[in-house]
Amino acid sequence: MATKTVQAIRGTSRTHKLQIADIFVQQFGAGAPVLWLHSEDYYELDLPLIQKLAHKYKVIVPWMPGYGKTDLPETVRTVDDLSYAYLDLMQKLKLEKIKVVGFSTGGWLANEIASKDCSRISRMSLVCPLGVKIGGPYDRDIEDIYYHPTAKVQAFKFSNPKNDPMVPHELSEQEAFVLARAKETTAKLAWDPYFHNPTLKFRLHRVTVKTQFIWGARDGLVKPKYGRAYAKLLPNSDFVSVSGAGHFPHVEKPDTFDPILEKFLR
Amino acid sequence: MEFYHFTEFPWPYLPPDDEFTSMRVNLPSSVFDPKVGADLYHSYLDQHKLADELGLNCMINEHHQTATCINSAAPLSVAIAARETKNARICILGNPAANLRDPIRCAEEMAMIDNISHGRLECGFVRGVPYELFGSNCNPTETSARLWESVQLMQKAWGTHDGPFNYEGRWIHKRQVNVWPRIYQDPHPPIWMTGGSDVNHATRAIENGFTFTMFLTPADGMRKMFDGVRANLKKKGLPTPADDLFAFMPLLAVGETEEEALKYIQEVFWYVTNNKAESQFRAPPGYVETPLYANFLSGRFSGGRTDAIRTKGMEFFRENGVAVYGTPDSVAKQLKSLYKKVGGFGHLIGMLHSGDMPFKHTAKSMKLFAEEVVPQLKDLGTVSSSLGPLKDRGTPVKAAKFNGRTAALASARDNWFKKQTKKAKAA
Repeated sequence: MATKTVQAIRGTSRTHKLQIADIFVQQFGAGAPVLWLHSEDYYELDLPLIQKLAHKYKVIVPWMPGYGKTDLPETVRTVDDLSYAYLDLMQKLKLEKIKVVGFSTGGWLANEIASKDCSRISRMSLVCPLGVKIGGPYDRDIEDIYYHPTAKVQAFKFSNPKNDPMVPHELSEQEAFVLARAKETTAKLAWDPYFHNPTLKFRLHRVTVKTQFIWGARDGLVKPKYGRAYAKLLPNSDFVSVSGAGHFPHVEKPDTFDPILEKFLR
Repeated sequence: MEFYHFTEFPWPYLPPDDEFTSMRVNLPSSVFDPKVGADLYHSYLDQHKLADELGLNCMINEHHQTATCINSAAPLSVAIAARETKNARICILGNPAANLRDPIRCAEEMAMIDNISHGRLECGFVRGVPYELFGSNCNPTETSARLWESVQLMQKAWGTHDGPFNYEGRWIHKRQVNVWPRIYQDPHPPIWMTGGSDVNHATRAIENGFTFTMFLTPADGMRKMFDGVRANLKKKGLPTPADDLFAFMPLLAVGETEEEALKYIQEVFWYVTNNKAESQFRAPPGYVETPLYANFLSGRFSGGRTDAIRTKGMEFFRENGVAVYGTPDSVAKQLKSLYKKVGGFGHLIGMLHSGDMPFKHTAKSMKLFAEEVVPQLKDLGTVSSSLGPLKDRGTPVKAAKFNGRTAALASARDNWFKKQTKKAKAA
């Protein structure tokens, strides 16, 4: 999974050794920088859309530590901790006027970064981002991916479970190891508090850049209602719904999703 | 060798098999009827009294959110046994130290129990089975590290008698630690740990002087593990561990005849046949080593021990030592052979009750075991000549030299205490 794609534009890659964590970064194309923050399921690492965007932008794709290339250091316990490594990366790469695209946990990471410093960011598109608590203590904002059987979790994530590109039973041993390590990393960062940082929402007013929330209308993992409430926490945001799609609209409905994102990035 | 009786405090009255998917985590408590359950508790607690009367020790464990075990707060039943028994050593195996938010509370509970029982506590700490992480919400990727941090902090807390100390570790932060009462055994009760597939964890346990326990493990697996530990220790230049640093728990039944024993073991086997759980509860990410988890995800490994053993016949389990049953002579023979096969162990915990096995069946099996099997085995194995970490334990001595665990312990405790006093004076 996430390893082989015919690259119309050959990318470059490099592991950046940073104080907080090492981050493997791929780069495609040239132009204004697009920072591409993948989800906990990392489908986005080989999304064809990267190629399309690379004709116009410099698409920078960091692989989160723990997801196949570098390890998550023991000292990084939260997405909040991790965001400082990304701030260091942005500084090291001397990126300015970045267009950030973040998916699910990558969207959460984007908000952690931007709430600390959005001076290098021009706009953000967040696709079904996680990271905040919206409901009350008894509300399950984000369905429990650890508690439910695999088939049910798949049904939460996809409007049609057949659209899930991940077929664990077809993985080689090496790919299964990467998947296992990635899931461990996700659990390290998001088991408890479950896929959110309780204090993040109280600093989202600092994310003043133009931000677009894109949500699959049939997202069963985290409902569009959560997304609308989340968007309202940012002072300069829009909300767009993609019909017929679940938590990964870019995987399930690329024909609808791609133009929405491309238009926003322009 | 020391002998322990064990019942897991089951709730045996389950709905039809096709009406629930898991005994663990999500079985609604409407299945439990307190009017029946209250009596069950008393029947299980009576088993501890009976074990004591028969000269057996007791092992007591805890699980959460499951009908396999309604002993969800083991220190409570251990405390009751501490008061109601006279001679038995009471082994809690164990406190779920990895999932405890406050290990100092646990240190206090154990200190009270050790006092109430006049020093009869054997104190086990476990990482907990994976199912426990759903109720405790402890992060599965952290449990190993948390277990060790908790245990080391408790050891320090029990051993500190000059007022409070502060602690700011990786997972636990404590402002003023000052455990009252002072624990009865000095420096603290023998510590036990459990394990499955991680030989380094087992080695670390024994290196620290903890008794390492395996449950329902086929003899080959146990041999591999125990041999692995012994080899690791040798590599580190440490002395050979005495047998009393190894423990094993099989299913156990003794009958006057083979037929009676078979009837009893089939009742105990309830635990195995009914112990079903949804597969995602068995493998939260980070609980097992990454390659094993990868095999689980990709379908290269599915059920694990429980599934395999649910589908095979009783004789199969007798052959591999998971179920030990028969007439007293046959059971003694099986255990001697098992002892040899795995290279020795010093504690035998018999799961002599499960499911809705009637008290009188368990009582008869226990009685036959205590009166006719134990005398044939009690001189088996070696014990440590001192307590503390393995490097301080010296040469193992024959168990026969002492009259049972209590005397051996008293002697080991004296040695340890003398050493500490000498050290303190020198300082």
